[in-house]
Amino acid sequence: MTPLVQSARFREVGPPVLTGLVLLGLWEGTCRLFGIPEFLLPAPSAVARVFATDAPTLLRALLSTLEVTVMAFGLAAVVGTLVAFVFVQSRAVERSLFPYAVMLQVTPVVAIAPLIIILVKDTRLALVACAALVALFPVISNTTLGLRTVDPGLANLFALHKAGPLQTLVRLRIPSALPLFFAGLRISSGLALIGAVVAEFVAGTGGTGSGLAYEILQSGFQLDIPRMFAALFLITAAGVALFLIMAGLTRLALGDWHESERRPER
Amino acid sequence: MPVRAAHAGPADRPGDAPPGAPAVEILSADKVFANGARGLAPLSLAVGEGEFVSLIGPSGCGKSTLLSLMANLQQPTDGRVLWWRGGFDAVGREGRRLSLVFQDATLMPWARIAANVRLPLDLAGVPTPQADARVAEALALVGLADRARHYPRQLSGGMRMRASIARALVTEPNLLLMDEPFGALDEFTRNRLDADLAALWWRRRFAAVFVTHSIYEAVFLSTRIVVMAANPGRVFREIDVPEPFPRGDAFRTSAGFADQCRALSVALMEASLASGQGAAA
Ligand SMILES: Nc1ncnc2c1ncn2[C@@H]1O[C@H](COP(=O)(O)OP(=O)(O)OP(=O)(O)O)[C@@H](O)[C@H]1O
Ligand SMILES: [Mg+2]
Repeated sequence: MTPLVQSARFREVGPPVLTGLVLLGLWEGTCRLFGIPEFLLPAPSAVARVFATDAPTLLRALLSTLEVTVMAFGLAAVVGTLVAFVFVQSRAVERSLFPYAVMLQVTPVVAIAPLIIILVKDTRLALVACAALVALFPVISNTTLGLRTVDPGLANLFALHKAGPLQTLVRLRIPSALPLFFAGLRISSGLALIGAVVAEFVAGTGGTGSGLAYEILQSGFQLDIPRMFAALFLITAAGVALFLIMAGLTRLALGDWHESERRPER
Repeated sequence: MPVRAAHAGPADRPGDAPPGAPAVEILSADKVFANGARGLAPLSLAVGEGEFVSLIGPSGCGKSTLLSLMANLQQPTDGRVLWWRGGFDAVGREGRRLSLVFQDATLMPWARIAANVRLPLDLAGVPTPQADARVAEALALVGLADRARHYPRQLSGGMRMRASIARALVTEPNLLLMDEPFGALDEFTRNRLDADLAALWWRRRFAAVFVTHSIYEAVFLSTRIVVMAANPGRVFREIDVPEPFPRGDAFRTSAGFADQCRALSVALMEASLASGQGAAA
């Protein structure tokens, strides 16, 4: 058996974890040594104490944010892919619709969120809509590009063997699009979380809400800074988890053949 | 320009019947590209069943263009292309199958080698058990039977090229078009693949059109060599190679081989002198 320190897994995960622990230690030490008050900078131990006492509320908030994120991401993935399929039908269609996709992308979500929250009665639905809007564009643009990026030699081969449009789509265009499609999904999943949190903030300032952003707002009002940090930590952890899940999915789908997922042979 | 009659072949032509019906015919076809560039002057060329014809000539003389006309990937600006005396609609039916090998392997990176080779059968709707058997046979033919479950990136360049040839052979084509298939390989690998190709052709006797830059390759493989010249792209000379088949390593070192290579070198030099003089042809 290889010792833990030498295993490839450890070499990959070890350094960042170690860095994290050292930083946490320094942070804790500094807070204690200089007696920094909790409302300025809470020590990690203070934040941990919040988790111990307030876990149910925080977890409920996390679940709520995650729900919005996942629903928005799913919506963006489905709608974005459908739009991309429409775009690649013809250049004329793409030319007439693409500017509006860009407009959607460049309008800050904070600016349209209040409008959406007023327009859509159900708050949960409004949050999902906001987050989906933010997450939509990378799926559209990457999938469109992917569906268009076909090896011309393979396209010739399909033409030579008289492949029908459906055969060409399923056997050539869709597989060719997968790498860019997954890259788009990865960006989009992060954006969905950001969109969800921003929308929760907007809704929260309007007095309604749930989710981690709402907890942060409430903690701010109550000057409960350790709790604020705890919520912040959960958002970051959710983001990292999303990223890891998407990376895993990409590897599952492309790992066998695509260069970007090529792992060094052991 | 009169259409070339069915080609009178060399003495040791393989096959029982003399080559008769052309597999593909170019009838005074030319090609002017969208930007006004003239790719091919009107030219006529017929490749009969059982013939192995190489196209050779200076870069830019229209070899690839001519081949893509034969594959119906481009249409002539004027003139016609006929397959077995008919249009492209009938190509693909029994006895009229056409395959193309590109300069690079052009494999689908997401599919295993077996699935890549199987593609033409899948597109034609060949039922699974039958397709499986033919894929296995084609892979064995090019010596890749043990690589069926590999992905293209796991193979060497030469192996990828062989996979590409297996994909072309899996339909048992009656006409096989190849555009510098071994151009990117080292000479050692190329010689070996040439020998394999010659042996295979001897067994199957499909009509073959083979684009190459190598004099040795052209002489080794062909029953007839078409030397082309550029500006505009045209047929400069046709040379028969009446050496007996099957051809193996002994042929490479024979006096006949050397003589043919010399004659082809001279023709190529003349062709390149005749190129670049506009419409002087
Ligand atoms: N799509 C195109 N548009 C304009 N000109 C083209 C196009 N394709 C080819 N040509 C021109 O037609 C001529 C013949 O090209 P082709 O590729 O057939 O040459 P080739 O004999 O295959 O050359 P090589 O030996 O370098 O592969 C060249 O001068 C080329 O620039
Ligand atoms: Mg060429």
